Amino acid sequence: MNAAALIFSNIHDASLPELTEMRTMASVPFGCRYRLIDFPLSNLVNADITNVGIITHYNYQSLIDHIGTGKDWDLARRSGGIRILSPFITAFENSASGKVYTTRLEALMGTTNFLSRATEEYIVLSDSDIVCNLDWNDVMKQHIRTEADITIVTVKANSEKEELSNHIHVIRADDEGRIIDCSEYDGEKGNINISTNFMLMKRTYLLGIVRDAMAHGDSHFFRDVIYRDRLSKRFFAYRFEGKYCMISSMASYFRANMTLLDPEFRKGIFEVGNRPIYTKVRNSAPTHYLEGSKVTNSYIADGCVIEGTVENSIIFRGCKVGKGTTIRNSILMQDTYTGADVLLNCVITDKNAVIKDGRMLSGCEERPYFLPKGTMV
Amino acid sequence: MIKKKECVAMLLAGGQGSRLYALTGKNAKPAVPFGGKYRIIDFPLSNCINSGVDTVGVLTQYQPLILNDYIGNGLPWDLDRAYGGVKILPPYQRQGSADWYKGTANAIYQNIGFIERYDADYVLILSGDHIYKMDYDAMLRFHKEKGADCTIAVINVPIEEASRFGIMSADGDGRIYDFEEKPKQPKSTLASMGIYVFSKEKLVSYLTDDENDPNSFNDFGKNVIPKMLADGQKMFAYPFSGYWKDVGTISSLWESNMDLLGKNPVLNLNDTTWRIFSRHETRPPQYISADAQVVDSLATDGCEIYGTVIHSVLGSGVKVMPGAVVRDSVIMSDVVIGEGAEVSYCILDSGVTVGKNAKIGKENAGSGKVTVAAAGIAFADGTVTGEGQMITENVKGDNE
Repeated sequence: MNAAALIFSNIHDASLPELTEMRTMASVPFGCRYRLIDFPLSNLVNADITNVGIITHYNYQSLIDHIGTGKDWDLARRSGGIRILSPFITAFENSASGKVYTTRLEALMGTTNFLSRATEEYIVLSDSDIVCNLDWNDVMKQHIRTEADITIVTVKANSEKEELSNHIHVIRADDEGRIIDCSEYDGEKGNINISTNFMLMKRTYLLGIVRDAMAHGDSHFFRDVIYRDRLSKRFFAYRFEGKYCMISSMASYFRANMTLLDPEFRKGIFEVGNRPIYTKVRNSAPTHYLEGSKVTNSYIADGCVIEGTVENSIIFRGCKVGKGTTIRNSILMQDTYTGADVLLNCVITDKNAVIKDGRMLSGCEERPYFLPKGTMV
Repeated sequence: MIKKKECVAMLLAGGQGSRLYALTGKNAKPAVPFGGKYRIIDFPLSNCINSGVDTVGVLTQYQPLILNDYIGNGLPWDLDRAYGGVKILPPYQRQGSADWYKGTANAIYQNIGFIERYDADYVLILSGDHIYKMDYDAMLRFHKEKGADCTIAVINVPIEEASRFGIMSADGDGRIYDFEEKPKQPKSTLASMGIYVFSKEKLVSYLTDDENDPNSFNDFGKNVIPKMLADGQKMFAYPFSGYWKDVGTISSLWESNMDLLGKNPVLNLNDTTWRIFSRHETRPPQYISADAQVVDSLATDGCEIYGTVIHSVLGSGVKVMPGAVVRDSVIMSDVVIGEGAEVSYCILDSGVTVGKNAKIGKENAGSGKVTVAAAGIAFADGTVTGEGQMITENVKGDNE
């Protein structure tokens, strides 16, 4: 596909403060062996979009570590490939770009170099808080058919079944899909179409928006561009009907992980045509289920050693589950160590947590108990 | 400018593996899957990189397609180097002649150019059909300390098995004074592991002599080593005592896989001080269903287990359907075991499908009676096979 892409790595960090204190939204671990960025990144690679810039803001060490050279996504390329776009600040405090961006549009202003040096005709914008398997080629087909200026991918959400945070944009479109209104979520009930913030447009069109915004001091992509120009320009919604989950709070993070225990959901993410989800290869040994282990309805990564009981849980790479230990409805991130006779229920442990023999910890589904990175209890 | 490499490894990977024939019909023995997500060749390649040997020639000849693809540019083993790294060395055509590799010694002889290109002082000869973790650098240091011309790694084997190996006798200093290839009456229990360090000049000269000898089999064990010994060259035995297994037979391949199981496995893949690297495609994590039972087993990415798995090793993407039971077996990637099927004492190669309620292999058959199915074989619903069979064609049901 003749497109370059930009991924926003930090944009919704505030909605998941526990997990993003030390990392970007993009590098939040998800589903046993992935980081959230693996999903948008794989979607790009699967559509042959191989010139990708990742817009960062702060705390992006874990992201750099995860991406490496990009070879695990086949993006270690001589031309194009993946690059991290660190925040752009000039040496002169008093100049206009003297502070780190605070909005999407300001972030884009820092990437004009990337945008103007790319040679691809189109540009894809992508956030990293949505897990889905999206076919960008299909988005492109609709974009060309509708002669759109911007195509925004939307999903159907039911605000009565899931909490929606107010940074979400509600999109209303007519029967042809043309966007007639967009607004921040205001508590509306029922089925609504919301923006995934996945967008497709001509690269030069985006450059035009960015230059115009610089000249006029605009800062908000949806308010100052989409809403303002919705009648004079052709903005279209692409309705994505596949499986997805949006991470907007600890509760939704917990729920999204647990959704992976649903075979239909897994199929909709991992077994879609010729579009696998890639991630960093860690070279762990296979998981070892010892004599006496009892594992049911769980999703488990490689490199674990399991001697106890695991039920309805998501176990990341390299975890140890000790003898007599029961892990229930929990998420254990990479290299979590649980000793003997531990009981965990609705617990999320961040990387390298250690739970000593005999400890009992419990949260509930709406408010899972969280153990930060490296804590020992 | 060519930089010098002190030691270059030559990995003999051209063998047919005829005793594993159901598994090597379309695959070279070194590329036979092992331990869920590895192939046999991962062990010598990982040993090389862990020992600081970063230039490895892999000599291929028999069915190289999967092997070549697997090694690729050597990235999984950190052997994708700007200079050195892993290189595939197939037989090739020269001015006036073109020969297959006639034997292990001839294979190296044909690639003396590779060794000289790196101006190596020492050549490490490895074979691609052993499962072990070994520090080649320690062996190289031993070779240098002894001022040896050739050092052979040896391991103590039970006397009753000794006649399967090249058997050596060495004095207190480790100097070899007697060598016999597969002796009927073994004089010692020091068996050659097929791992040699040669000083380059001696290797080149003996390989050249061997090539000019029309009666030679061009084999290290049969010709080169005995000749060097007869000439009184300085040959030393380097004692090795860790885990080492020649997986050239079905029973030893099965046993070696089983050695990965248990609470303190004799072969530990989770050892972070000596990691075994492998190439694998990205797959989702493994799913263990609410009705599944998995004990005393290894499973890896992409597995979906709805049935029962006991004392077995599963490769990536294996599906064990509800009611199916897998016992004491080695199941390679993407095998599907149908509902209610029973698989015992089996090695099922990649892509095998076992129909509903089929019974493959026999419970408590033992390592000598392992049933093997070749890649992609389909067993129809309800098929029953006995123990110890090699199955290379689809098995139809009675009602077809």
